[in-house]
Amino acid sequence: MTGDNRIKLACQGVWKLFGNGEREFLSRHGDSVDDEALKRAGLIGAVRDVNLDIGEGEIFVIMGLSGSGKSTLVRCLSRLIEPTAGRILFNGEDLLAAREAELIDIRRHKMGMVFQHFALLPHLTVLGNVAFPLEVQGVARRERESRAREIIKLVGLEGRERYFPRELSGGQQQRVGIARSLAVEPELWFLDEPFSALDPLIRREMQDEFMRLQNVLHKTIVFITHDFDEAIRLADRIAIMKDGRVIQVGTPEELVIAPATDYVAEFTNHIPRAKVLTLGSIMRPSSSAAYAERFHADERVADVAVRFDAGNVYAVVNAGGDVVGEVTRDDLVEVFMGRRDG
Amino acid sequence: MASDRVARSPWRWFWSGALVVSFGLYYLAGELLPRAATRYPAAWRIPLKDDISAFMNWLIEDATLGLVTFKEFTRGIAWVLEQPLNLATSLFATGFLSGVGSNAEQILPPLSWVAVIAVVYLMGRYARDVKLALLVAGCFGYLALFGQWHSAMVTLSSIVIAVPFGVAGGLLLGIAGYRWRAFERAITPVLDLMQTIPIFAYLVPILFLFGFGPVAAMIGTIIYAMPPMVRVTMLALRSVPDEVVEFGRMAGCTRRQLTWKVLVPSASSGLMVGVNQVIMLSLNMVIIASMIGAGGLGYDVLTSLRRLDIGAGIEAGVAIVVLAIALDRLSQAYAARTPTGRAGGETSLVKRHPWTLLALGIVVAAYLGGLLFAALAEFPQAWQITTGPFWTALVKWVNVNFYDTLEAVKAALLINVLVPVKRFLLAMPWAWVIFLVAAAGWWLGGWRLSLLTAALSTFILVTGQWADAMVTVYLTGISVVIAALIGIPVGIAAAGNDRAWRVVQACIDTLQTLPSFVYLIPVVMLFRVGDFSAMIAIVAYAVAPAIRYTAHGIRYVPTELVEAGIVSGCTPRQLLFKIRLPLAMPEIMLGINQTIMLALSMLVITALVGTRDLGQEVYIALTKADTGRGIVAGLSVAFIAIIADRLIAAGSNRVRRRLGLQ
Repeated sequence: MTGDNRIKLACQGVWKLFGNGEREFLSRHGDSVDDEALKRAGLIGAVRDVNLDIGEGEIFVIMGLSGSGKSTLVRCLSRLIEPTAGRILFNGEDLLAAREAELIDIRRHKMGMVFQHFALLPHLTVLGNVAFPLEVQGVARRERESRAREIIKLVGLEGRERYFPRELSGGQQQRVGIARSLAVEPELWFLDEPFSALDPLIRREMQDEFMRLQNVLHKTIVFITHDFDEAIRLADRIAIMKDGRVIQVGTPEELVIAPATDYVAEFTNHIPRAKVLTLGSIMRPSSSAAYAERFHADERVADVAVRFDAGNVYAVVNAGGDVVGEVTRDDLVEVFMGRRDG
Repeated sequence: MASDRVARSPWRWFWSGALVVSFGLYYLAGELLPRAATRYPAAWRIPLKDDISAFMNWLIEDATLGLVTFKEFTRGIAWVLEQPLNLATSLFATGFLSGVGSNAEQILPPLSWVAVIAVVYLMGRYARDVKLALLVAGCFGYLALFGQWHSAMVTLSSIVIAVPFGVAGGLLLGIAGYRWRAFERAITPVLDLMQTIPIFAYLVPILFLFGFGPVAAMIGTIIYAMPPMVRVTMLALRSVPDEVVEFGRMAGCTRRQLTWKVLVPSASSGLMVGVNQVIMLSLNMVIIASMIGAGGLGYDVLTSLRRLDIGAGIEAGVAIVVLAIALDRLSQAYAARTPTGRAGGETSLVKRHPWTLLALGIVVAAYLGGLLFAALAEFPQAWQITTGPFWTALVKWVNVNFYDTLEAVKAALLINVLVPVKRFLLAMPWAWVIFLVAAAGWWLGGWRLSLLTAALSTFILVTGQWADAMVTVYLTGISVVIAALIGIPVGIAAAGNDRAWRVVQACIDTLQTLPSFVYLIPVVMLFRVGDFSAMIAIVAYAVAPAIRYTAHGIRYVPTELVEAGIVSGCTPRQLLFKIRLPLAMPEIMLGINQTIMLALSMLVITALVGTRDLGQEVYIALTKADTGRGIVAGLSVAFIAIIADRLIAAGSNRVRRRLGLQ
């Protein structure tokens, strides 16, 4: 996230404990709760002291294996579950202080959510499902249906408006889920493992589709997944969760270059370096030689490698067009061979 | 496992010992023990039934709710319910009248039979296919052809009104139970009780509060038919996926929108199962409801049964069955119906509601046609067929030719089985029986269950129902044993073969569609009144679950285990006795449990053929309008059912745990 971006959603010291007497327990122990104390109190620490800042227009991926607390965390962020402690700031305002009516209003206009198992309403057609969030707001039928048709077209389901969910394939159903969550033009878009229930080939297609949509829409996105490859592919930044705690937050590159723990390293080890490392992270200081071509520092190695010829030196430039360093084809080869971590 | 084995053997000794002691008591009790040991002294009774009757009197005579008395309040409810019922009755059966009694003049005739048949045909066609449509139309055609039309329409109109009330009430209570756990905890025991207490028992208070007549009968029907809807609603709402509920909340639904736009529609196919249940129970109630003033087919059956007019009784009984089958299949088809929509977005009224408009068109056309041709308005007498004389002749023929055989069978069973068991149970000292029931509770479920069973049986004792209760246990017990002896082997045989299973399944489905009362008709024809007839009727009514659960249990034994048996070289017989039956045992026990519940509910109805048990007690209370007596006896029946149910459920769970199925 670059510094000038506004923070859309912030999460400060959020806890979610399951069990009896969890609030008293937490106020007694403060933030220094260890596993032993939790166990003795008979509590389960689903989310523990999580602090996150999610910037406007960012794709923020929360990645963790099952039981890591990622689903609970996203439900705290959307206040589907009441956190035991902590603050959630949405556009700078405390979401947890919002009353029922305010919360309903926020959800109606500013949030959208996509679910792992689609959560489509079986008694409504595709059109009815997509128009549903507008229907509960009381938007007139003609208007909400024309709006729904537009979004259905956007996700590529034109012509299936009158189908019922069970008449569609899994991938198509999730397109409906995505269309439905976009119907109210939300500022904040939650996706809870949206592609996990799909076959690998369809999953890849849907990821591409998702990126295409985001290029058009520029939403602020909180994306949950248990698939690290998916996280790397889609994320601007990733938060890795384990046992209810966030153990590292960073760009894909940062995680690969400097995993905070062995646990993170286990995920990053098998990731091909060329897919995450940028030219900026492997460049050497500029020697002001004659440059064959200029590349942006944010370009990923794997994406530009074919344009490198042996014997030439290439310039790396920053956003302002100033030369900040240089690379040669040999530098790239080192990355592909796995000899360099940046 | 090891501790289980240690724990089991002392109980084996205990039960063998208990059996020996019981026989000892049977032969010696008369001489050794005082009479009070087997006959609970009247002086020790708690006069609960008098208290209840007194309370009821107070409620009707003196209780007030602010401005109105309680009685006015209940009569007010009755009046509100009467309006839609009158409307439906006018529409289906009598036509709209002005004036009363013999001066009444028909303003508008009832729906023409042609219109009704056409509408049900269209409903069948809409819900599934032409086959169903023909079946349903055929059923209604039967009613017209065999002269049952008017009565059937009276019955139908009360069902058409009772079912929506039952469904709506059940739905609302179910939603409340879904939303508030505390409400669910409060309502569950009430539902248990309502489903086990005999219907007759609460007919009396209804009679007092709502008066005699079709409305009281309909209220009784609604109360009887509602409990399953409450349960089904809670279950169906709970099984809506969490994600769907979360979606509803994220879409910004208010609580009301969440309930009516997300939860209820998502659960609709589950809820339709409940609607089907309500319809079937309402039909089951048809004959019984006629005891407190419902007309129609139920009334016809009841009066002809009282006159011993077998022919008329069978005709009306069959008509109820036909109506039941039609409504059952139709509502099941609606439950299973899945809308498909590929067509484009037509918006014209005709294209959106083709079926409704067609049905309306036919109704109007039939009405106008009826003005010209009387045969269209009312099914002509000349076309009607009656089978009454045929049935009467058949019964006569059976009795002339087989009287001796039937009588011999009846006598042999009575002398060798029924009477000795009855004597044996009546000779047991009550303290010993309660002790054994408590011990069984301890054995199967621990001290809580033991306490419950002891308390419930003590209630029966101290309210002075002991002898009647023992007769109930004896009649139910023998019937259940016979039903199990028939049902389990049939279930085993049917489980082995797909085609046989389909045939058996169709048979027991139909058996379970029949209102319980209908079973009495052929039994009375062949065996007249008494315990034996009651037993036959109970067995016939209660055998279905024994078959169904046995077959189900055996069919769903994991294939791997059966294959393991085959690989180990089991013969088919060994496969059955060493693998399939033991593993199916928990399921079979649940089947027996259901059999007991059905047997007890039938038992009460067999009071009409002259048994001398709690059922009779309830029935007498109904005829004498004695609230307290009816409720106390009814509660006793319910308690016997609850004891049996809890003991068997605990036993089934034990077996399940031992088999590692849980």
